[in-house]
Amino acid sequence: MNLPDAVLTVMFLALIAYALFGGADFGAGIWDLLAGGTAKGRPQRTLIEHSIGPVWEANHVWLIFVLVVLWTGFPPAFAAIASTLYIPLTLAGFGMIVRGGAFAFRKTASTPGMQRFLGGSFALSSVVTPFFLGAMVGGIASGRVPPGVAAGSVLTSWINPTSVLGGVLAVLSCAYLAAAFLCGDARREAPDLAEVFRRRALITAFVTGAVAIAGIFVLRGDAPVLFDQLLGRGLAPIVLSAAAGAVSIGLLLGRRYIWARVAAGAAVTAVLCGWAAGQYPYVLPAHLTIDDAAAGRGTLTAVLVAVAVGSILLIPALILMYRMFQTVPAATPHPPGLYADHDHTGRGTPPT
Amino acid sequence: MDQQLLADAVDNLYPARMQMAFSLGWHIIFSCFGITFPALVLFAEWRAYRRADADLERLAHTWAKAMGVMFAAGAVSGTILSFEMGILWPGLMERFGEVFGFPFILEGFTFFIEAIFLGIYLFSWGRLSPRAHLLTGLPIIPAGIAGALFVISANAWMNTPEGFEIDAGGRVVDVDVIDAMFNPSTAAQWLHMIIAAFMVVGFTVASIYAVGMLRGRRTRYHRLGLVIPLTLAAIATPVQIGVGDYIANVVAETQPVKLAAMEGLYRTGTGVPLSLGGIYTDDELRYALRIPWGLSLLVTHDPDGQVVGLETVGPQLRPPVNVVHLSYNVMVGIGFALMLITLAMAWTWFRHRRLPGSRWFLRGVALSGVASIVAMEAGWVTTEVGRQPWVVYEKLKTADAVSSAPGLYLGLWAVLAVYAVLTFLTVYTLRRLAHHHDDAVAPQEVAAEPLDSTGERPAG
Repeated sequence: MNLPDAVLTVMFLALIAYALFGGADFGAGIWDLLAGGTAKGRPQRTLIEHSIGPVWEANHVWLIFVLVVLWTGFPPAFAAIASTLYIPLTLAGFGMIVRGGAFAFRKTASTPGMQRFLGGSFALSSVVTPFFLGAMVGGIASGRVPPGVAAGSVLTSWINPTSVLGGVLAVLSCAYLAAAFLCGDARREAPDLAEVFRRRALITAFVTGAVAIAGIFVLRGDAPVLFDQLLGRGLAPIVLSAAAGAVSIGLLLGRRYIWARVAAGAAVTAVLCGWAAGQYPYVLPAHLTIDDAAAGRGTLTAVLVAVAVGSILLIPALILMYRMFQTVPAATPHPPGLYADHDHTGRGTPPT
Repeated sequence: MDQQLLADAVDNLYPARMQMAFSLGWHIIFSCFGITFPALVLFAEWRAYRRADADLERLAHTWAKAMGVMFAAGAVSGTILSFEMGILWPGLMERFGEVFGFPFILEGFTFFIEAIFLGIYLFSWGRLSPRAHLLTGLPIIPAGIAGALFVISANAWMNTPEGFEIDAGGRVVDVDVIDAMFNPSTAAQWLHMIIAAFMVVGFTVASIYAVGMLRGRRTRYHRLGLVIPLTLAAIATPVQIGVGDYIANVVAETQPVKLAAMEGLYRTGTGVPLSLGGIYTDDELRYALRIPWGLSLLVTHDPDGQVVGLETVGPQLRPPVNVVHLSYNVMVGIGFALMLITLAMAWTWFRHRRLPGSRWFLRGVALSGVASIVAMEAGWVTTEVGRQPWVVYEKLKTADAVSSAPGLYLGLWAVLAVYAVLTFLTVYTLRRLAHHHDDAVAPQEVAAEPLDSTGERPAG
């Protein structure tokens, strides 16, 4: 593995993290949309809010990280992608604004009308955003983004069969991940909801699998080069993904939710790896190789050093965060006035 | 085909600049709160804890919730900015991404740390001991200040680009990202921005309580809400005036054309007066108030010192002078006006050992929030418009960096619409937080009451 490959691998790992954690957050929004009427859906929406409330911003940073590594390490690829695919990228950006804004603000909304409006915006943008991101991947993978500033068609680069497949698969994967993740959270907070999400996880697992299989035929017609590569170098990860999906279904049937999460995550990761293997060594298939797009050695080395040092800070912080939200019960806050009551020795009242 | 591309790029230039200016101008307000508000919140919480002060605890909690809302708005608006770097300015990123992209990677890490610990801090309010809780908030402060350094260093690099060579074929080679990051403008711009952030946050928060007090709510809670942020801002203001002198000297040295535009100075000369206000037409600044030798003194610290004028570069290489000169004057003027608040506070403190409480003082403070934001925005207009027509000073023109994608100019209208909604919602939420302190929750918080299986909060 040479230096450009190493930097691209770092970026790809961040992309996987975004797909898993950010994807689950998007998926939670999709289930919010499908939770039913205001009264009927409230328990589910509350669970969703508890699950993603404290972590969604941190999960969102993975995307920023992918972008900045791309533009520092592979500037021509970033310029080509952002300029040719500017429409879906802008729409995904708006989706993120609406989603983040609506999610952040709906808790404080006072009137039911305002709450419904914000809740609806949050849920709808949770579907739209991963669709556009998936459509972008489809455009890149099918070789529709040539190098250069806005050198490709700004319309057919993302309105085409492979992009539609990418978008639909992205939405379904998010929904599937979220349902699998929420089963475990539900068991801790509201046990009867675990069954609801278990059923949904099973359904989306089957639907996602079916669409993926149908997608193979879409690719054969629309992106023959990618299709050949997927059946060649990309075959192992694709098979692995199917296997992990099947295992996750088994684990869900057996209500082994923690392991079902792992298997669901593995299935999505393997699909992404299949895509990466399918277009290697191109960063823009058929046009621009990783080595041709890469920045100079000095920059790439600096990126790797920065990532290594940054990870020393980041990884413990991430572990602390997820542990905290998975273990500290959501329902044990102190009453207000805690500080006024404490005894000046520096020992606060311990959490009950 | 090439002509079509060129035509698209020309059409796109102005809307793209406006879109970038608007998104940045919006984001920077929330960045200020991301950088300095945590220090204020933690200070209030720490004092509440040390002094067992219930008022202060309530205040700290309200601020913490507001911080959560501001952080959410800042996070999403910052994401759009990173998209826009490529959507609007692919020519900049393609050519120079490897030179100045690096600090954004470092900023990615500090942003992670901020987001993680902000989430933990808000979630664990009341769930941890006060001391442990304060500790969870502590990493947010250095992360925010370091993050500002990284982002500002990228902007500073556009003003004084370093850390690369351009070979005979016009390609960027010999990149040194550390050199690029610590370019001649970085230190001055970073200091200027950090202190501006303290001023914006201090004056804005204080102004909210000043309005409350003018409406008769003169409780201890309101007084504390006024005094803590105002003290911070009042200390920051004179420091900022000193830093302003420093950064003006850096600009004079490294970007003389920008300084000439800031001052509306056409002819290079010695013993140049300082010009306030006025209109620049036909290579001359008219109707300005002039302070003899002022500019020479400020820039060279010598009344006969030489100052470079706009005549040194061709007309195509000069920025639009009126915009730059007037926004610069607005920034400096507001800075000195805010200094009056500092002086009033210092005077009553030394004379009477109390803080000024007159209605006039409160009116001034009530205005100071908006004023400080206007000053900061005017400062950004000065430096960004003052660099035109360059996006990378003397290396790449903005017109050569803009995307030639057809239809791009429509993005400006879409961005205006989306941000109008976002602004409305942010203000609405902050107002709710201010008026319904106890039942409103921040986005990162989790409902306090246990849920039964239906998800209903139990009554009582």
